[in-house]
Amino acid sequence: MVKYIIKRVLYSALILLIVSMLLYLLIRLLPMDYVEQKFLSQSLQGTISAEELYRIRALYGLEDSSFLGICRGYWNWLTSVFHGDLGTSFLYNEPVTDVIAEHMWISFGIALAAFVLQYVISIPLGIKAATRQYGAVDYTTTVLAMIGISFPSFFIAILLIKVFAVDLGWFPVNGLLDVTVDWSNNPWGRFGNMLWHIVLPMVAITIVSIGGLMRHTRTNTLEVLNQDYIRTARAKGLSERTVIYKHVFRNTMVPIVTMMAGVIPSLFGGMMILEQVFALPGIGQIAYRALSQGDIPFIMGYNMFIAVLTVIGTLLSDITYMLVDPRIKITK
Amino acid sequence: MEEITKDIIPERAPDQPELPEQEPETPEEARESIADKTRIISPARLVVKRFFRSKLSIIGLCMFIFLLIFSFLGPLFVPWGESESDDSGGETMYTIISIETKINGEDVIVYSVEEYTPELNIHADPFTYSHEGENSRLHVFGTDENGRDIFVRLMYGGRLSLMLSFLVVIIYTVIGIILGGLAGYFGKWVDMIIMRIVDILNCIPSLPILLIVGAIYDGIDGDPSLRIYFMLGILSLLSWTGVARLVRGQILFLREQEYIVAAEALGMGPMRKIFHHLIPNVMPQLIVSMTLGLGSIILYEATLSFLGLGVAPDMASWGQMVQRATQNTDILSYYVMDWLPAGIMIILAVLSFNFIGDGLRDALDPKMKR
Repeated sequence: MVKYIIKRVLYSALILLIVSMLLYLLIRLLPMDYVEQKFLSQSLQGTISAEELYRIRALYGLEDSSFLGICRGYWNWLTSVFHGDLGTSFLYNEPVTDVIAEHMWISFGIALAAFVLQYVISIPLGIKAATRQYGAVDYTTTVLAMIGISFPSFFIAILLIKVFAVDLGWFPVNGLLDVTVDWSNNPWGRFGNMLWHIVLPMVAITIVSIGGLMRHTRTNTLEVLNQDYIRTARAKGLSERTVIYKHVFRNTMVPIVTMMAGVIPSLFGGMMILEQVFALPGIGQIAYRALSQGDIPFIMGYNMFIAVLTVIGTLLSDITYMLVDPRIKITK
Repeated sequence: MEEITKDIIPERAPDQPELPEQEPETPEEARESIADKTRIISPARLVVKRFFRSKLSIIGLCMFIFLLIFSFLGPLFVPWGESESDDSGGETMYTIISIETKINGEDVIVYSVEEYTPELNIHADPFTYSHEGENSRLHVFGTDENGRDIFVRLMYGGRLSLMLSFLVVIIYTVIGIILGGLAGYFGKWVDMIIMRIVDILNCIPSLPILLIVGAIYDGIDGDPSLRIYFMLGILSLLSWTGVARLVRGQILFLREQEYIVAAEALGMGPMRKIFHHLIPNVMPQLIVSMTLGLGSIILYEATLSFLGLGVAPDMASWGQMVQRATQNTDILSYYVMDWLPAGIMIILAVLSFNFIGDGLRDALDPKMKR
């Protein structure tokens, strides 16, 4: 087991290295680099000379766009990463780690709330649908789940804003905090106001992601219900309640628990599109701005952050799978 | 005994490509009576029968056919072009402007009415006609802020979405089958390299990559009307990993089955074994994943268009139509027809593929009793 984990970790390190190379190469291929975008108006008016631009580029380490220059830039980035330094964001003028840490928790809070809501609703419904297969409950939940999956996230966001914020006025249209009020000596009011603002984004995430989990639970439960040990449990004369809630439920949870580790990247990584629509200062929106402006250190930092989380998520879900289900054996 | 009177479903293990003739070892009379009462259905017909037994799959199929007719035949019957603006002039708007002035030392309010007639028939109401006198043409869903007919743009948007999604899914499935098949069949270092590539691609967040690639495409002055094809080409290069995993896993499982051992004993070449014996057995799962993939590609296309990375501005796309609502709060609040139908079309398309895919999954699963 330990040997297996060490092997996986080493593989992951190699994968991350290649991912970072590919990313760096792609970003450096961006035609409009950060300096060019920032000084676009000046260079069009002619108030800034090409030499000055070159000097500024050199400050940012962008002066050499040949293949060798890109390689050198990558090497500099990599060595500083090994020193625990992700660099300073061009756009936000702060260390990348600080920017990520500052904005991550907003996204995380919303995603976590949506995640809990999603599990609380979809697991009981999925099991109920499976135990009454082809019944009314099953059809209703299936259809609703499918409709939920089919919603583009931006469309559900716009619909929610239109109905609940614009027409009914129950919730704020966008943003995270009502800036017209002074919250400096009212921390609880500030917190409540934030909660008020994240209701719609949370509902939007839940609607688009609840269907997948519900279908998954249903399929797994159906599979467990067909097992021999369930027939044995019934043959022993156990009540249907005990069969479902003790024998079926526990076995259904096996794949679902392992799925939990797989959502780590989406918990921390933010939601680029929803945060755009709701104008939330989460990490997704920050990353979107950085991406559109060629902020190399931040783009690298953010994407590698997600890549590391993905690797950790996959590894954790494989390990929990082995821990939860002793029948699984390591084949490699 | 009652079970016999039903259609006996030939129990076909997934590893048997051909159905063996049933050879009942019962006495003569019993065999006859069973043969009278049962009919052996071919697996394909069985799948079709099971598929149509589910109401949801029929609904999905109907929705899909409706969308096909709507977006491919629809434009032949409507009087407007894809990016044709209705320049017959809109409703005249009157704005009353009040000016306070002093006349002879007294405050006087002067009202003046400003008349404004836009050149384009913008934001026309649903079921109104253009102002072209005799040959005025109908706007079924009204017009958008550029005077273009929304109903017609829905059709052209659907054409693009459906075509692109089929294209992308076919491309990435082919790549996935080839690479997954190679990895599963040859194992060892081939498997090692291909699966590491899969791991790498899984780690790369696809939306940021698409944003970067889109910017690069604009930077090298690519033709904007072809950008969506380029973007979705990149998307298909990123999305084959799921198919490759599926195919590889299945082949690892099937490789141990007796009939592959038999094929090996007969001296069949690897290509023949892969493409004649292994791939056909993976097909059921592949068809399901392809159908479900169609829906997710439509969502991706809409998202890209929504972010302004999709089609050129004058081309119609559902995602782009919805995007208008975020750019302009007036459109969000007052001109619901500009974006709501487009969003509903996206949902309809994705939903139809999900229903069909789900129905197919149930129909193709030999373990399902119903």
